[in-house]
Amino acid sequence: MQGLTATGTLVLDDRSSPWASVESTVPAEPASDTPERRRAAWMAAAQAGDRRAYERVLADSVALIRAVARRQGVAHDQLDDVVQETLLTVHRVRHTYDPTRSYDAWLAALASRRAIDGMRRSGRQAHREVGDERAVALHPDEQDASAESERAQQARRLRAAIDELPPGQREAVEQLGLKELSLNEAAARTGRSTGALKVNLHRALKALRGRIHGDD
Amino acid sequence: MADPRAHDRLIAALGAELAPVRRLRPPWLRTLGWLAVVAAIAVILLDRYGSAPMLARWAGAPDLGWAGLGAGLTAIAAAWAAFALAVPGRRTTWAWLPLAPALLWIGASGLGCLREWVAPATHVASAHEAGDCVFFIIGFSLPLSALLIALLRRACPLRPVLTAVLVGLASAAASASLLEICHAFDAAATDLLMHALAVAVVVALNAALGGRLLSAHVRRAA
Repeated sequence: MQGLTATGTLVLDDRSSPWASVESTVPAEPASDTPERRRAAWMAAAQAGDRRAYERVLADSVALIRAVARRQGVAHDQLDDVVQETLLTVHRVRHTYDPTRSYDAWLAALASRRAIDGMRRSGRQAHREVGDERAVALHPDEQDASAESERAQQARRLRAAIDELPPGQREAVEQLGLKELSLNEAAARTGRSTGALKVNLHRALKALRGRIHGDD
Repeated sequence: MADPRAHDRLIAALGAELAPVRRLRPPWLRTLGWLAVVAAIAVILLDRYGSAPMLARWAGAPDLGWAGLGAGLTAIAAAWAAFALAVPGRRTTWAWLPLAPALLWIGASGLGCLREWVAPATHVASAHEAGDCVFFIIGFSLPLSALLIALLRRACPLRPVLTAVLVGLASAAASASLLEICHAFDAAATDLLMHALAVAVVVALNAALGGRLLSAHVRRAA
């Protein structure tokens, strides 16, 4: 709509002065610069590899994702998880965005799907927690267990949880977390980029947090 | 509550990982790509069987032609809808696109059964021959479905089962229209039943397996 208005002005100006067409290209820019169009333009640039535009559009997307997740009924303390999941999804499927269409609608569809996934997961986790509480209550040795053996048990559980991670994530935890290598060392050893390692570590820690909290 | 800076850190990490991507082509163009494969199969079949018997059947009994046209249009519409639904943000109403051609396909096939006379250059299929139709439809549908699913996995089908149902419908309808080239049997209740059975098997297989393949793909995108 705004594009049409700008073109209309351009035609009128064109008749009044030969310079008007040059001048009118300048106000035409801000006219198309609504926040949504700006995001669409940034994402289009990101698809071509523009990192600054990409970081801007992702930062701009956080509030939108939160709004979608809230509308879907995601609990307040889960909102940030949905934001992160959605940002990772945006990263993986950024090639599916068509710059001639609405960026917000594209993002909202991804956020809404991740919000539903998140609610399902936390529903399952809540279900597991009930079972585990009962198991703890029924366990006679729980109170007697020394802090030492409890720690050992926790370490075993963590190890088992790490073993269940997908290979890329496990590798990131092992190299960066357990062997305490630097990002560059780990990248050299695994042949992955530092960015990929960071993303994998991030995902792994999230998965482990979910698992350990679910088990406690 | 996550660390408020966690988002910034993740955004920076994703930014560091950014590489240029090849944009997904529009759904209509991707549909054309898949249809090109269907058309290539049609050319091979026409080369083998010729178009004369098919045209003679259609001239004698236009309902057979309408059913074939309905099947072809259903394949186009269902494939287009599947490719559109695989792009996040597109409306679910796309799923209704194949409804009208499917009604033409089913309606014309059903009307053929009501004819009192047998169409030229055909005979009413025996149970064994009608069984061959099932194999033809399923046999051609499986590779066509596999191709569609492989193409759709490059996109992001957020409604995997619905998309897979459309994949099944598209490939079954495409196979049914290909069958029209070498189908020397007149529309009859047994034959029609076998076709319906084959289409149902293909759609159900896709909903179960294809839906699973596509949803695993969408989950991994997280």
